[in-house]
This record gives sequence, C-alpha cells and structure tokens, in this order.
Amino acid sequence: MTKMTYAEAARLALKEEMERDSTVWALGEDLGFEGGMGGQYKDLQAEFGADRIVDTPISEATIMGAAIGAALAGTRPIAELRFSDFAMCAVDELVNQAAKARYMFGGQARVPMIARMPIGIRGGIAAQHSQSPEAWYTHVPGLVVVTPATPADNRGLLKAAIRCDDPVVYMEHKGLWGAEGEVEENDSDPIPLGIARKVLTGSDLTIVTWSAMVNVVKKAALSLADEGISVEVIDLRTLWPWDKDSVFNSVKKTGRLMIVHEAVKVGGFGGEISSEVSEHLFNILKAPVKRMGGARIPIPFSIPLEAEYMISEEQIINKSKSFFS
Amino acid sequence: MAQVQTNEPARIFNMYKKMLLIRAFEEAAAENFHAGNVRGSVHQYIGEEAIAVGICENLRNDDLLTSYHRGHGHSIAKGADPRAMMLELFGRVGGTSGGKGGSMHIADFSVGMLGANGVIADGCTISVGAAQAIKLLKQDKIIVNFIGDGGINRGPFMEALNWAKVYELPVLFVCENNQIAATTTTKTVTAGDGIEARAKSYGIPAITIDGNDLLLVDSTAARVVDEIRAGSGPQLIQAMTYRLKGHYAHDEALYRNPSEVESALKNEPMPRTETWLKDQGVSIEEIDKAKDQAKELIANYVSDAHEAPWPDVSDAFTDVQDVGSPAEGAN
Repeated sequence: MTKMTYAEAARLALKEEMERDSTVWALGEDLGFEGGMGGQYKDLQAEFGADRIVDTPISEATIMGAAIGAALAGTRPIAELRFSDFAMCAVDELVNQAAKARYMFGGQARVPMIARMPIGIRGGIAAQHSQSPEAWYTHVPGLVVVTPATPADNRGLLKAAIRCDDPVVYMEHKGLWGAEGEVEENDSDPIPLGIARKVLTGSDLTIVTWSAMVNVVKKAALSLADEGISVEVIDLRTLWPWDKDSVFNSVKKTGRLMIVHEAVKVGGFGGEISSEVSEHLFNILKAPVKRMGGARIPIPFSIPLEAEYMISEEQIINKSKSFFS
Repeated sequence: MAQVQTNEPARIFNMYKKMLLIRAFEEAAAENFHAGNVRGSVHQYIGEEAIAVGICENLRNDDLLTSYHRGHGHSIAKGADPRAMMLELFGRVGGTSGGKGGSMHIADFSVGMLGANGVIADGCTISVGAAQAIKLLKQDKIIVNFIGDGGINRGPFMEALNWAKVYELPVLFVCENNQIAATTTTKTVTAGDGIEARAKSYGIPAITIDGNDLLLVDSTAARVVDEIRAGSGPQLIQAMTYRLKGHYAHDEALYRNPSEVESALKNEPMPRTETWLKDQGVSIEEIDKAKDQAKELIANYVSDAHEAPWPDVSDAFTDVQDVGSPAEGAN
C-alpha cells in the first residue's frame, strides 16, 4: 500500500491507461503547464506528447463535441471540463449527441468517452464554481454517472470509466484533490462501475452517500457508534447505475435509511433512492426515509454563508438520532 | 468513388444518376409524409443535389462525413443504402437505425456516414474531433462536415472553425447556402461579410462556388479534397444554392417571393446537368430512361418499406448503454 492523494491516484490511473492503450487521450484547458486544476494531469503532456494531452481553447462545446467525434472515429477521449459548472456550456453535446448516438443510429455507433467534470465546494469559489449537478445526468438515458470519494476509488473507477464503451460522466470532487488515502500500487485492476462500497458495517441505520460527503458521514457514524447507534455507511460510488442490491440488502437489515448528499436536496438523487426503497421495502421500513442535502440556494461566498449551505457532521448526527427518539 | 476527376460524360452521367436517385427519394419521402406513412418531419434536399454528389464523388469509402437535418442527399451520395433509408423513414426493421432514428438520424457507419443531426451545427464539433482521431490514429482519411447557412450563426460552428485551424485538422466544411434558415432569410440575421469571410478570418482557405453547377462542385472538391489529404489543414467551400421546397415537407414556403422561386427553378441543378449531358451527346432517351429507373427503384423501396415488419417493442430497450441498461418494461 502507498499513500497518495485523490489527484495523484487519478493521474496514475490515466497514465496506466494511456500506456496500455494508445487510443486513450485527453483534451481540455490547461492540461499541459498547469497539469489540470488538481494536478491530475501533471507532467503527462511531457510524457505522452501534446497530441495525447491536448491543451484546448476555451471552447467547452467543442471540447465535448470533439470528444464525441473522436470516440465515434475509434479513440477513447477524456474531455476535461474543469468545473461541472462550465460543462453546462456543453450539455447539448453531452445530452443530445453523446448519450444518444448509439441508440438513434441503431447500435452502429459507440461513444467510449469520458465527460470529466469536477463537482462540489472547494471553499470560497461561490455560485458558478461549486455546484453538484450529478442528479441531472442520472436522468439522461445513455450516460453512466460516477462520483469517486477516495484515492483508491478514483484510480479504479477512472480506469473502468476509460474502458467503458459508453459515455461516462466522471465527477471528481474539487475539495478532495489533496485528500490522502491508501492505494494498492500493484493492483492495477479497474473497479467495476455500478458497485457500491461498504464504508462501515452497522445494524441500526443505513446511510447512503457519495463523493465528499462520504468522509463527513463516516466521522458522524463513528461518533454515533460511541453513543450506541450502529450505522452502516454505503458509498454509492456510481450513481447510474446505482447499486440497488447493496442498498436494499442493507435496509432489509437495518430497517432505516437516510441519504446524504452535498447537492441541493430538491430534485437530488436522494429522492430517487428514497422512492425506490419506499416503493419496494415499505413493509420493512421502521421509519420514513430521511434525506439530507443542500439548501435550494446558489452556493454563497462568505464563510458563514457557505458553511450554512454545507452539511455538517453534527447535523448528520442529530438527524440520525432523530430516528430513535 | 474517388476515381480521378474528369469531365468524361460517362462519369458525369453516373453522378447525374445519383442526383436523380436523391431527387426521387426526396419526392417519395414527401409524398409518403403527406400520405401519413412517414411520421415526424422530412427535410427535402430538392434543388441542392449537385453539392452532395459533387463532393462525395471525390471521397473514398473510408472518408468520414457528418450531416445535418437535411441529410438524405448526403447519405445517398456517400453510399448509404437508399432502401434501408426508406425503411428507416417508415420506422421499420431493416432501416438504417432499425427504426430508432428516423429521417433526422440517418447514419451508415459502413460508408463513413457518421450521422445526420437534429441539432444545427453540432456536426461541426463532432467533425473536428473525428479529424483529431484520424490524426492520432495516423490515418490518411479526411472528414467532410456539411452545414447549412443557418448554422453559421451558432457558436459551435465558430468554435469548430477555430479548433480545426489551431490543430490543422483534415476537415472540409461545406456550407450549403440555400439562403433561407427555416423561414428566415439568412442574410437578414447575419452580420459581416458572410461565410467565406468568416472562415478566412480564422486563416482557413475558403471559396464560394455555384453549388448548382455539378461540374464546378466536382472539380473544386477534387482539388480541395486532395489538398486536405496532403496536409493543407481545414478548408471551407461555400456552395450557393436554393431550397426549392419548404423547410420541411409540411411547409409551403409562402414566405418566399414567387419571382425568386421562378428564377431558381431555371437555375436548378437537374436541367443544368441534363443540358450539359445532351451537349456531350447523351441522348434524351438515355436521360429519360435514367429518370424512370430512379423513380422505379425508389418506388420499389417504398413498397418494401410498406411490407417490412415493425420493430419488436423489446428493441426500445436495446443499445441504450451496456452498464445500467434499462430493464424492459420498467414500469
């Protein structure tokens, strides 16, 4: 095991895949000198050349559209959009073209590309650089949606996303770039898409979460354990397809479910999970499903205002306890 | 395809036959749209046939092509099977997309036709990316991106021009300027000196030609395609033409000046090519026979389309995606 950051793990994954497959390449703004916003492309241009780590103009629609064309023409591009907020300039290309080409051309086309667009609050970058729109893309047939939470997962899931024959919306969390974790350097296998990870085993309450909230939920669950509440924490890892079996099995055991995500609660993916569990496991549930998500406000700038948007460990603890009071 | 370009009458006659096939296909498509056999929308290419045929005659089978909503002509010219296309318009098994795409989503990857497109100018960005893949894979293919005059005011067109030049990509942009964007006269909503000037402002060689002159389109394409294949970087051809029908089959095009239509009819590519062929000694009988053959062929495809089976409803759930594919009958 080696300690590395979330960004370093992603960089390693990309390097390994580019060495393995000469058709893998990346395009986006500032990948060369800067090495990507989190350093996730650091020095790769020097190693693989400017034709495979391509610095592009600020043309989001074409970063996405070119990736689609390049995928249709036999390569495996990674379109780096820097911020999921900026990727909105290219939603047409992603939703109307990438997600639909295979289907509307009757299976003649494959679009093996990644739309890489970091989400989340990094601190002080406000309303247009902090959003978490992952739920939007789960609504679009044809797309896979991935939200890694740990360095090990960022390595294994990115590799799986690169090898996926369909378009993958790959959403790293900007607040996690520098987060360290153990990575097994010799194990270079991809982590299968659509399989959740059990973070903690518990028996009283299931908390389903993903991305940066995994760490916050884990801390809350450890505190709750000290108070005698046993929480099972599931990191969904992939939102589409989401690992219904793991969630259902856990809820069958605990009888209680809470979903926690940084994205705005209204219309968030927690609603889908809540509905599916309520529809199928109503008789097993000991209490109504609870959800925690961001307030329906643009992400504010000022420290106390931004903190008001964020979900804290304490809030998770209190909401968890409310199942038992 | 991709033989040496000459004005040999037999070669031009062969191209004229492809134009006839496109014309017959479009007339049958509209007829069947009005009869209720073809649903959705049908954007006819009538009056613009010389452009698709003149360009595609100079491409190889493995060269790539992207098109837009008025894409039937480009597909036929690139070598897509018009029978499969007619079945697609009818939404039947055996259609180019198995009935999942319809008129605006005709594609035939076996001949490099990467798809018509329902979103204006989206083919531009797809094309520059495909060209980047061509370079990365060290192939000597080129890609042709057809776009209409209405598309030049969308951002992706301008982004793609810049992109194509920055990376010196093997892309030929062909802007078919039929002068009307849906129901709006394009020049009334377009600033500046036009399409050719826009391309040149990015350093892209561009030329404006009479798109209804088959021989001129052909000889221009032969030169430009050769140059791009030899590494010239992107180029643009603006082919002036006129849309003889409405934007789609149910548009009677009442927004047009009748005198404009009258002069356009005199200038349309079919009789012009016909006159040239006659001058070269091709007989009226041969020309009439070619016309009848094209109509008969398309009529047969229409009959086939009527008889072809509807897709099984289970097809609705296939080819969505591998991981996370929908369960049939999810409700």
